[in-house]
Amino acid sequence: MSMTHQVEDKLMVEMRGVNKWYGQFHVLKDVNLEVKKGERIVICGPSGSGKSTTIRCINRLEEHQKGDIIVDGTTLNNDLKNIETIRREVGMVFQHFNLFPHLTVLENCALAPIWVRKTPREEAEEIAMKYLRRVKIEEQALKYPGQLSGGQQQRVAIARSLCMNPQVMLFDEPTSALDPEMIKEVLDVMVELAEEGMTMLCVTHEMGFAKTVADRVIFMDKGQIIEENEPHEFFNNPQSERTKAFLSQILNH
Amino acid sequence: MSSDANKSPSASQKTRFWHDPAKRAILFQSLLVIAVLGFVGMIVQNTLHNLESRGITTGFAFLSQEAGFGIIQSLIDYSESSSYGRTFFVGLLNTLLVSVLGIIAATLLGFIMGIARLSNNWLISKVASAYVEIFRNIPLLIQIFFWYFAVLRALPSPRQSLEPIENIFINVRGLYMPEPIYGDGFGWVVAAFFIAVVAVFFISRWSKKRQDETGQRFPMLWTAAGLIIGLPLLVYWVMGSPLTWEAPVLKGFNFRGGMTIIPELAALWVALTIYTAAFIAEIVRSGIEAVSHGQTEAASALGLNRGKVLRLVVVPQAVRVIIPPLTSQYLNLIKNSSLATAIGYPDLVSVFAGTTLNQTGQAIEVIFMTMLVYLTLSLLVSAFMNWFNTRMALVER
Repeated sequence: MSMTHQVEDKLMVEMRGVNKWYGQFHVLKDVNLEVKKGERIVICGPSGSGKSTTIRCINRLEEHQKGDIIVDGTTLNNDLKNIETIRREVGMVFQHFNLFPHLTVLENCALAPIWVRKTPREEAEEIAMKYLRRVKIEEQALKYPGQLSGGQQQRVAIARSLCMNPQVMLFDEPTSALDPEMIKEVLDVMVELAEEGMTMLCVTHEMGFAKTVADRVIFMDKGQIIEENEPHEFFNNPQSERTKAFLSQILNH
Repeated sequence: MSSDANKSPSASQKTRFWHDPAKRAILFQSLLVIAVLGFVGMIVQNTLHNLESRGITTGFAFLSQEAGFGIIQSLIDYSESSSYGRTFFVGLLNTLLVSVLGIIAATLLGFIMGIARLSNNWLISKVASAYVEIFRNIPLLIQIFFWYFAVLRALPSPRQSLEPIENIFINVRGLYMPEPIYGDGFGWVVAAFFIAVVAVFFISRWSKKRQDETGQRFPMLWTAAGLIIGLPLLVYWVMGSPLTWEAPVLKGFNFRGGMTIIPELAALWVALTIYTAAFIAEIVRSGIEAVSHGQTEAASALGLNRGKVLRLVVVPQAVRVIIPPLTSQYLNLIKNSSLATAIGYPDLVSVFAGTTLNQTGQAIEVIFMTMLVYLTLSLLVSAFMNWFNTRMALVER
């Protein structure tokens, strides 16, 4: 069951006919995707299906070769100014957290506000503490990432992204590198974020999360979007054979 | 509680002391110390006996005797009538000179080459690779010979000197440059330089504080460059240019006056620099590559531009990986400088452990002092680099 919330008509992310090759290998084939403000999208699919690549194209961690990507009205092209504008508005959480090990938790969070938004340090640290409180980890603010558990690190990584006050959040398998007992604490934070109306694109295998939070579930295979639907229909009435096969594999455990 | 209940079953049995690791360690360590002391004592005894039977007097009295030989380069006053003790300091300073010059140049060249090897530009990265592979794999002694005999010995005689820039002469005897003569008031120029340095220090503190408070950044690099170069220049001009140059002049068969860099120093410096920089380049490259790509991605995803990603995230982490192997390259360079003796650069080994030893025959004292110098230098460098490394170390659990 999807939660009731506000989805506006404004398009936050628009991908039109996006294609990408790694050398000869065609990773993304004509990907079309529209994400409205406040929408929560879950992307799933077998490994190597291009789901991570899709969201990594949105903030130019990967370069697409054909098609258009427009984020909050800014077209993603080779213009560094546009790329920086988009990256300021798009937060990203990685599978392996990628916290900066030489900086404290607080410094990790305050770094981008200080150097990108030119926020005074004191104010940046206040913002950092606000989001660290929100992910319930403010008591660890002065520790280094190496001193935290995986789940704690991932919550810090979410707080770090939120400090830039992003319009869209991208999650690239945020729970895949976590021990089972830590998955819940990270998912709880993500659900809370969804309830506050954040526009989210999540690549994840957590189907429970997809069922409760997503407005739409997208299934990808071999670089293409095979199927997309609202979660209830997607899980109970999948259309394509490949979706059925995939769902039977991950849900039958 | 009864005392019997507290005793574990094994404690009631008597443990033989050679089954107890702690006691056993004490035993073995004592035996080792006794053996080492005995061995050293035997050697000392033996040596003293041999020296006595050959009629060689031991002790450091020879250090105050007159040396009677000349040295082609000295940073302190030295003449043939100076003592053997003074040859020690002349050699030591020459070793320090080439080591310090070598460490500075090798660090710069090594960092440039290491970063160049990671460049996306095909030509730059291939040139850097070729450089590393060539100079890392040729013995240093051959490289010293190459620069000394093949390159510098092939230069023209003083009368046919090359003069690439006015009053700078290059010939087979060395590089001759004008020497600065400091006039009245030059002290003010030096003072202005130091004032500029202090000012830059305070301005940078102020700009950091201002950034913390307001988020505004200050063009620190340009201000610093302007102050440090501009202020001394201004004072120099106001004081009426209190600096003149004494140019080298060809008199008879050679140049007189000015400053000279002897070809032995140049060859040794170039060879040490190029050889060590090839290793440093590899260390720098591996240090930067050791920072996972995820760090760059995370920093870019936050909106930091390429320069700030490097400065704030990649370099601080790479430095930690780079410092320990860099230390051992510095130590290698200092020790390798003793190859100076092969081309006659008057370093500690060439002058003191060479000529002085030959003339006095005080092998034990001379070699002991020389070894002590290298040991002390190396330990000082390690201590400094370790201190630097702990300051930079990552905090884990």
